[in-house]
Amino acid sequence: MSSWWSWEHAIGALPTLLDGFKITLLATVLGTLIALVLGLIVAIIRRSAPSIVSAPVTGVVEFVRMTPLVVQLVFANLVLSPYVDSTLAIGIWVLGIHYTTYMAEVYRAGIDAVPTGQWEAATALSLPRSRTWRAVIVPQAIRNTLPALGNYAISMFKETPFFFVIYIPEMVRNAQTYGGDTFRYTEAITLAGLIFLAASYPTSLLIRRLEKKLA
Amino acid sequence: MPENTPHLEFRDVTKSFGGNTVLNDLNFTVGTGERVTLIGPSGSGKTTILRLVMTLEELTGGYIDLGGNPLQYEERGGRRMRVPDRQRRRTTQQVGMVFQHFNLFPNMTVMENIVEAPIHVMGLKKAEAEAKAEALLDKVGMAWKKDARPSQLSGGQQQRVAIARALAMDPEVLLLDEVTSALDPEQVGEVLAVLQDIAAETDISMLIVTHEMQFARDVSDRVMMFDQGSIVEEGEPDKIFSDPSHQRTQDFLRAVL
Repeated sequence: MSSWWSWEHAIGALPTLLDGFKITLLATVLGTLIALVLGLIVAIIRRSAPSIVSAPVTGVVEFVRMTPLVVQLVFANLVLSPYVDSTLAIGIWVLGIHYTTYMAEVYRAGIDAVPTGQWEAATALSLPRSRTWRAVIVPQAIRNTLPALGNYAISMFKETPFFFVIYIPEMVRNAQTYGGDTFRYTEAITLAGLIFLAASYPTSLLIRRLEKKLA
Repeated sequence: MPENTPHLEFRDVTKSFGGNTVLNDLNFTVGTGERVTLIGPSGSGKTTILRLVMTLEELTGGYIDLGGNPLQYEERGGRRMRVPDRQRRRTTQQVGMVFQHFNLFPNMTVMENIVEAPIHVMGLKKAEAEAKAEALLDKVGMAWKKDARPSQLSGGQQQRVAIARALAMDPEVLLLDEVTSALDPEQVGEVLAVLQDIAAETDISMLIVTHEMQFARDVSDRVMMFDQGSIVEEGEPDKIFSDPSHQRTQDFLRAVL
């Protein structure tokens, strides 16, 4: 039975795909963490730091946001690989920093959506600036932005296959390798797609429910 | 009884927004423990006066002193110098403000709203701050809602919590900015009753902007009528409300009473 689909190869590809999926998952989780933390820091700097600090930060953010992730991956790998052993670490940082620039925009919108009255109440209570950010503004801003942040996490998850350009063995690259070794691409790639779907669809449903709950 | 030592002093205060002058060369004082109500048509600069004292707006010209300390600007060596933020915060710690729209922190419970500043500004221990908050909530009749979120409270209840939050900082001056204007009519009374109690039981100086003329009459030692950024006339409430000498005041009171 040499038709276009072989269950034997579908099952045969599974172990290497799941190995790759671990890397995909790791990259998504760490990349999201990086973007969540750095994004917030960038948003706060752009909002409240003097322009001598915030202007260069804005410049870098715009530059990163306006260039393709693939180019950044290849470039960072070329420049950093002599100094950094782990290509995966380079990939994760590039992904995280790329999405930092989107997350920063989301946070900015969330911060702007906190009513002025909240800042004024904090001033009226003589709360120091840092405490105002931490206890009053950031908790409300994050609540405003949680669904958008979740959607970017999913989008990061779906962009991890770009890691193939720097030879990181994530799931799609492993599917390609399996195909190259066995000349059976269809099963491996199809399964990889289904695994992506199986992970991101429930997550997006979860985010939609969260969105409704917060609205 | 109010003493005559000035607690709050406005000297040559000017405030403009863009090219629009809202307050023009304003001079007045509020004595220690004195309750002063500002009345006048909207846009006459009353709220701006409170916001200047709270440092929510920056002075365009002149000086405001609080208990002898410069609040926003000071004169040093013949020059007008900006008071640094840290020092401003130390001075404004003596000032509390209650807002028209309450401005409670929605991410905190009632209790957390009240203990936030006592803990993080005054440095009280959590237990101390909570005991104090409990007493204040009791006073404004909101102790039973201490674990609720602001969104679960009516406007009048939120405003009573906001009053307790301001009092938790032991202010020497309390600014009340149209505190009943955003409330449903049936909730105005409960808030004014709380404020009347506080006025009777404490000697906090108060600067009040309100459209509740009966309340103004009950709690004020002095009423100032504002129009177009200047004081038209001022005096004891009985005099201003019963026998205003200025035509502008007569017209205004006829329109609102």
